[in-house]
Amino acid sequence: MLTDLEVGLYIFMLATFLGLEIIRRVSPLLHTPLMSLTNAISAIAVVGSILITGAAHASTLTRTLGFIAVTASMTNAVSGYLITDRMLKMFKTRKPARNREAGQ
Amino acid sequence: MIDTAVQYIYILSAALFVFSLKWMRSPTTARRGCLAGSVGMLLAIVGTLMRPEVVDYKLIAAAFVIGTVAGVPLAYLMPMTAVPQRTALSHAFGALAAALVGTAEYYRETPHGAVMVALVFETLLGFLTFTGSMMAFGKLQEVLPQRPITYRNQNVINLSILGLAVAAGVWLMIQPGETWLFPIFIALSLIFGVLLIVPIGGADMPTVIALLNSYAGLSAAAMGFALGNRLLIIAGSLDGSSGLILSIVMCRAMNRSFTNVLFGAFGQVQAKAAGEHEQRAIHSASAEDAAQILDAARSVIIAPGYGLAVAQAQHKLRELYDVLTRRGVDVKFAIHPVAGRMPGHMNVLLAEADIPYDHLFEMDDINSDFVQADVALVIGANDVTNPAARTDKSSPIYGMPILDVDKARTVMVIKRSMNPGFAGIDNPLYYLDKTLMLFGDAKSFVTDLVKELSEVAKAA
Repeated sequence: MLTDLEVGLYIFMLATFLGLEIIRRVSPLLHTPLMSLTNAISAIAVVGSILITGAAHASTLTRTLGFIAVTASMTNAVSGYLITDRMLKMFKTRKPARNREAGQ
Repeated sequence: MIDTAVQYIYILSAALFVFSLKWMRSPTTARRGCLAGSVGMLLAIVGTLMRPEVVDYKLIAAAFVIGTVAGVPLAYLMPMTAVPQRTALSHAFGALAAALVGTAEYYRETPHGAVMVALVFETLLGFLTFTGSMMAFGKLQEVLPQRPITYRNQNVINLSILGLAVAAGVWLMIQPGETWLFPIFIALSLIFGVLLIVPIGGADMPTVIALLNSYAGLSAAAMGFALGNRLLIIAGSLDGSSGLILSIVMCRAMNRSFTNVLFGAFGQVQAKAAGEHEQRAIHSASAEDAAQILDAARSVIIAPGYGLAVAQAQHKLRELYDVLTRRGVDVKFAIHPVAGRMPGHMNVLLAEADIPYDHLFEMDDINSDFVQADVALVIGANDVTNPAARTDKSSPIYGMPILDVDKARTVMVIKRSMNPGFAGIDNPLYYLDKTLMLFGDAKSFVTDLVKELSEVAKAA
């Protein structure tokens, strides 16, 4: 039987390879939104933060640390996805620009 | 029962993260990717809140409110020129969260074995990325000096601090009960984060931001090992590999290695180049002359650099693009990977100015087109167009891939003065016979060009 650690290492290895292969194919055009998106995804630390903050019998110390961690990762998640979408909305091809000129 | 449901929610969430990155491949699907990512995050949060070990919701709810209230304006009010700072700040937040969870976990359980090993990694990477990213933020926001700060035996001192932090970490892995050591371990990690960024100059920021992105991801993955949570491992390693790829792209674009970026201060090699350019002749031209040449051109390639954004000239450049396109000129944009302050930054700035993205070309795709271009117009870029990178072995940027603007029939360079650029290296491009120097502020010069071209158009 595999231990938790071994399963974790398999997952880590496969996810890293998958990540490298997927990200290599991202157009350099979108590298900035990509970074802000992965940044938002790394707000997944919110999972650990919630578990620490919401646990029964947590001490004041761990609750305080957890509270800061939830706030920090929530700020990241919210601002990360919103600003990524805001950036992606700006990427347009020539067509809408022509329509706008026609409308003037 | 609930535990099983939570696990399936986590699996779904992980799949959505993978799809979200996959859809970033092209601008046509990218917004769907962003949506998938946010749904994945929402599922992860809902799933976690459902878990039976979460019993106290008051603080979590308060943190959600504060995070949302802080996050929305951070996303909507941030100007696009400030995206690199925002990204650095957000690396800092993410890493801080991971580091604090690690710290809390240590004081709660004092874990042993593999969990403790993961926890040490998580905390070390988290705290050093936190202070490192705050330093990067300070440099990008220009609160701190952008020039690299160097002192004697810098690398020795930095590496000994890292060595001490690692030694403390290893000791804690072996003897987790030594609680007195943990705060020292934290302090050493925090100090190393600061020292790591101190010697790095503004020009290297794109690489450093990407590298910090990778560290933040790895620290989240380490948290996954410490908490036995596979979703964290997957999301963290996706983030880590993304940061790794982006930093490799940046290093290649500057022909430098990781160690060179991190340990070789760029600021020291410049003294020599400064003396030679006093006597050499340059040709300068007025907006009127330049407009006539542009009007007669059939194809124009514009090479923008960060100076364009500093001068806030993107929107004026769009007008120039419009007026030239209307005159039947074929206009393309050549984007060097390190144009801007983070990977891909220039594309976002031009997209914001409504320049269609199918006219933005990467260096490798456009370099062969310069030979056929009538005019290459360089705005706010310097080192990325420096032909010395091709030929001059003594140049600090020798070997760096550059935009081949000097192959165009005519080269125009809009520049404030003859002062050398960010890296302080003289640019032989400016002394070529086919080069016209257009002296002035990028924004006002482009405005003049647009005005002149519109008059030519009216006259015709």
